[in-house]
Amino acid sequence: MRHALFSLALTFLAIAAQSAAGFEVEERHWIGPQDGTPLRVISTTDTEILAPLIKSYLLQNPGVAVDYTVANSSEVMKAVLEGEERFDIALSSAMDLQTRLANDGFTLPHRSAATALIPEWGEWRSHVFAFSLEPASIVLSASAFAGAGVPRTRQDLIALLRAQPERFRGRVGTYDVSVSGLGYLFATQDARTAEAYWRLMEVLGSLEPQLHCCSASMIERVASGELLVAYNVLGSYARARQDLAGKIVVVDPEDYTNLMMRSAVLLKGGSHPELARMFADHLISAAWSQPPAADYPFSKPPVAFVDSASPKRPIQLGPGLLVYQDAEKRRRFMAEWFSAVRKK
Amino acid sequence: MSAGVNVSGSIRRRLLVQLVGSAALLAALLFIAVLAFVRNVAEESHDRILLASATSILDSVSVQSGELTADIPYAALSMLGNVSDDRVFYRITHPGGTLTGYDDLPVGGVPVQPGQPVFESARYKGEGIRAVTISRRLSVQGVPVPVQVSVAQTRLGQATLLEQLVWSALYIGAGFFVLASALAFWSAQSSIKPLRSLTEAVSRRGPKDLRPVTRPVPAEMSPLVSSLNSFISRLQASLARSEDFIAEAAHRVRTPLATVRTQAETTLMRVEKEKNRASLREMIRAIDESSRAAGQLLDHAMVSFRTDSLELKEVNLTELARDLTERLQPVAELKDIALHFEGGSPVCIQGDGILLQNAVRNILDNAIKYSGQDSEVWVRVAGSGAQQKIEVEDQAGGFGGEDTEALTRRFVRGANAKDTIGSGLGLTIAREVAEAHGGSLIIKNSQTGAGACVTLCFPSH
Repeated sequence: MRHALFSLALTFLAIAAQSAAGFEVEERHWIGPQDGTPLRVISTTDTEILAPLIKSYLLQNPGVAVDYTVANSSEVMKAVLEGEERFDIALSSAMDLQTRLANDGFTLPHRSAATALIPEWGEWRSHVFAFSLEPASIVLSASAFAGAGVPRTRQDLIALLRAQPERFRGRVGTYDVSVSGLGYLFATQDARTAEAYWRLMEVLGSLEPQLHCCSASMIERVASGELLVAYNVLGSYARARQDLAGKIVVVDPEDYTNLMMRSAVLLKGGSHPELARMFADHLISAAWSQPPAADYPFSKPPVAFVDSASPKRPIQLGPGLLVYQDAEKRRRFMAEWFSAVRKK
Repeated sequence: MSAGVNVSGSIRRRLLVQLVGSAALLAALLFIAVLAFVRNVAEESHDRILLASATSILDSVSVQSGELTADIPYAALSMLGNVSDDRVFYRITHPGGTLTGYDDLPVGGVPVQPGQPVFESARYKGEGIRAVTISRRLSVQGVPVPVQVSVAQTRLGQATLLEQLVWSALYIGAGFFVLASALAFWSAQSSIKPLRSLTEAVSRRGPKDLRPVTRPVPAEMSPLVSSLNSFISRLQASLARSEDFIAEAAHRVRTPLATVRTQAETTLMRVEKEKNRASLREMIRAIDESSRAAGQLLDHAMVSFRTDSLELKEVNLTELARDLTERLQPVAELKDIALHFEGGSPVCIQGDGILLQNAVRNILDNAIKYSGQDSEVWVRVAGSGAQQKIEVEDQAGGFGGEDTEALTRRFVRGANAKDTIGSGLGLTIAREVAEAHGGSLIIKNSQTGAGACVTLCFPSH
């Protein structure tokens, strides 16, 4: 159905995934007229997910095409830092990397009617703009937890894993923090927020966990029954998989749930900064308008989210995120994390 | 009011200009002082946060397995994010190089002594930054190693804050100026007030009021008021002297004149020659005129004196006019003039009886003097609520379009006065008496046109 819409005056051109220069590209698409002015986007978000928004953007801006490159968050960072290929705008779920780009001067400031819609905690110094709010959830196998006993908090999960180590051995999963920027962000925020996190990692470590690059693979493995528990999975992805609805249970932990914000930064050195601004505004207004635009692909971001009593907390944008980007800090954290998780 | 006065400047304006000028100066100083103070405070508090951040980073540097390592606390950088949306940079160095952070941060170049933080301003990545560098010695494998931490932040937030502070300081300064100007206006107004009220009191005075100023005045004005009082008393003395002089002179002239007249009449009886008799009659007439003038001068002096210190008593105008009419009846009969009195119930005013009598007598004298043989003169007294009046009407021909106002000036005589003995003081006296009682003298031709009608009008008290 999505693809049917695409054929409407637009061409959807998949360029063979190529390994350009120094960073690894997952996929690359040219969306829009062949001879259109290209807006070059580098993103961690799959093309399919953002396609409706890109399409509506192209409808509003005839003669423009979107050159959409997908890479994982560390590769997005690498692409920008090395600068061999120039992009106009970077979309990433790794808030710390986006903050780092803004702090180190790789981004352009932007203020518009759209950016004024963003709540204060959703943007940083008019350089980083959030356009989604997605929970770090626990995904459970529906069949394994059919007879109640679904853990609602980390404590519950720890108790459950400790109680039945044989049942869960080799069937628990989480992000590989050394591969996934988002996994690293979730892990560091967890470590900062709760003592229980390290205990959970110790317990996971004793159960020979499978480490994953991405949420999608964890969701699929839980659905297939290969995994019983996946920790720190993007809840928005899991809930979007209508086809797996009966096979997985998505739990937002009730002790606290970190909310990741997908964010956009306008890159310095892009060829079409004005197109990039319009694209950013398009994403932002789709996300933060009340109600959000019909083609907004994520679950609606709750604008009135400053309820401090809620266990759901957006990860705070700002220089605090730079701490975990520090090389020493990162080295130490990785060492500690792997010593917990790789324990036999 | 200031007609003919040489005006140079204005106390009020000068006061206002000086006060508003000082207010403006003070407001400017206040603005500068407030701005310098808040800027200082803002910079100091910002420096302190930088120092706190650097200290917590430095505290996190430790030695593990013989190697330096740092575990930067989350709060060390997030505290800077809470203050402003500025970019944050840091670096941890040791003599071997940079341990972690921004390698090219252009601060902390010179070694910093432990416990003595160094604050610097520099430019980095295209923006101005404020940085602090602190240091500490750690023991690495028994060797003391100085570790240095620099934390820097761009100054955008501070610039925004400073802009707000400038505006606040500006508002404070402007507010002070407005308030001080209002007070200056009020103060200038109130300091000029005693001067104004004295001016009013003096200019409100009647033409003959030569009493000294006794109202309380501020100390600064007392020399002016005492000079004014002494001027008034000198003026009063000088006026009194000239009145006395005139009275004295008139008195001295009148007695010898009476003697001369008697002698002249005696001689007239003895002289036979018609030519000599005529010249003697002329002489007697001249003597009469002088004597009458002297008499009126005396009257006038008396009137001036009494009006200066008017003593008010109840006077019955009807009674007064009837008495005078009766008294002058013989004089009128000599010329066959019918003198009528018309008056009913008593009409009373507060006044000086002697002065009033004098005034009425002068008017009546004039009427009889100028009336021809067999004519009639009426004296009427009437009171009607707000106004009491005595009216004297004759058939002596009236004033024939003359300036009747001029007739009441001293020594001015009517056009028909040539053959009549008189001095020109009669109506002047009448008018002065009327005005001393708050009334007026009205001179006009009678309704029949046969003569004049002179009216003394007094308001009811």
